[in-house]
Amino acid sequence: MIQVTNLGKLYGSHLVLQDINMHVHEGEIFGIVGHSGAGKSTLLRCLNGLEPYQMGSVKVMGVEVASLEGTALRMLQSKMGMIFQNFNLMSRKNVFDNVAFPLSLWGVAKREERVMELLELVGLADRAKQRVQSLSGGQKQRVGIARALALNPRVLLCDEATSALDPKTTSSILDLLEDINRRLNLTIIMVTHQMEVVKRLCHSLLMLDGGKTVAMGKTENLFLSPTKEMQAMVEDEYTLIPGGTNIRLMFPREISQQSVITQMARTLAIDFSIVGGKLERYLDDVFGFLIINVQDKDLDAVLHYLKTQNLFWEILAYSENAGEHA
Amino acid sequence: MIENMSGLAAYYPLWERFLDKLPEIITATWETPDMVLLSTLFSLISGFLLAILMIVTNPIGLKPNRSVYQAVDFVVNLLRSFPFIILLIALIPFTRFVVGTSIGSAAAIVPLTIAAAPFVARLIETCFLEVDRGVIEAARSFGASNTQIIFRVLIPEALPSIVLNVAVIAITLLGYSAMAGTVGGGGLGDLAVKYGYNRFQVDIMVYSVIILCLLVLLIQGVCNFLYKILR
Repeated sequence: MIQVTNLGKLYGSHLVLQDINMHVHEGEIFGIVGHSGAGKSTLLRCLNGLEPYQMGSVKVMGVEVASLEGTALRMLQSKMGMIFQNFNLMSRKNVFDNVAFPLSLWGVAKREERVMELLELVGLADRAKQRVQSLSGGQKQRVGIARALALNPRVLLCDEATSALDPKTTSSILDLLEDINRRLNLTIIMVTHQMEVVKRLCHSLLMLDGGKTVAMGKTENLFLSPTKEMQAMVEDEYTLIPGGTNIRLMFPREISQQSVITQMARTLAIDFSIVGGKLERYLDDVFGFLIINVQDKDLDAVLHYLKTQNLFWEILAYSENAGEHA
Repeated sequence: MIENMSGLAAYYPLWERFLDKLPEIITATWETPDMVLLSTLFSLISGFLLAILMIVTNPIGLKPNRSVYQAVDFVVNLLRSFPFIILLIALIPFTRFVVGTSIGSAAAIVPLTIAAAPFVARLIETCFLEVDRGVIEAARSFGASNTQIIFRVLIPEALPSIVLNVAVIAITLLGYSAMAGTVGGGGLGDLAVKYGYNRFQVDIMVYSVIILCLLVLLIQGVCNFLYKILR
């Protein structure tokens, strides 16, 4: 669907994207993650030709984006919907007119029907005549989604679509995107700095830092065995306990619902402290990690036990400022 | 009679003078909106076109063009730096060429328009610059052409603030139109200067100022009302 090879982009003499490679399959939800300023949004805008690029290639549905201009580029853009962090709706128009806007730009007939169908899809059919100013953030994003879908795009580009929303609203927007992805087999590319969003929704992801690829692959694999750079970016911060040994246990989906930890305590008859941990929903599964602190005398027994279990684990180094990069 | 040394005014009851000057006041009251409306209209049209040209060729615009932008920008700054009274006199030959005469309110419209157009251009450019760039980007993201963006995003989105700025422009021109009296432009400002200032007939000046005040309130009121509807 989308094939990016050795993409490079310059702002003046500053290289903002460097040697980016990614492949997005049809029907996939693909995440582009990184801190602000990492080049995620720029990369997204290279995909639909809003930003030019100088090196490498971006092929969307088999066409090189940089080779298009004028009407041909506009045609491609009409096949790629886009939603934004700040919704970017026209504040003077009502919900209906905002959604109808792309349709009227392209002179599509039977707009009324199409708009109502879209508003039905995003659950705002009863708000058609309301002005967008009076809507909540979540509702505005729903209007944005309806507008982005108006021209029946093959790809939906989401630029920090949930970053301006509270957790509950974020969750409902993600549900909607997931639903759309399944129902319409729509390819979705999500740019975000929110790890929860990626874990929850994205099948694959590309992690960027300073315009360079940090990690790429299936989301589950990346989170279960993260590379060092990725850990530095992703990990929640836990202050490790000095003394003893801090071990991070990672639970793949098969055993995340079994009580591994308490079983270990009982089997080995030892005590240990729990430093921190998290269980997360990933797509339809639950997986997570737990950091425990084991006294040195128990370490061998614990490591021996872990090896017999189907667990990923690693020993965390303790340092004075471990909290910052643990 | 001897103790009243303050001139003609003291002999004359104010009321009689008011009745006496009423036709002139009425004529002047009609001349002023005439001048102001027409010059506002013409300066809006020309300023609007200049503003579009600037916003399109702006370095962050739809079709950046450094040299065109800088040229227009320079002309706008240059014209705006002229004191109006100087421009008024400097333009007399041009006015005569366009209107056929340099006296009267029709003639005043020419310098008024030329003085206001760059001002209008700057104000409307600011209105355009204030349009959320995200909305423009959204339009581009679903394949809007530059023309569509100008006419269906930029102008409609900027319209409410343009309307508010029209009030600023019209009221400024109302003030300028008083100066136009010095080259025989007519109107209320002219009346105030002619009788109130030159002949010390303070009452006539007060009438003119009251009517000018009402006109300002009217212009601002209408524009505020339109803004509320459009917003």
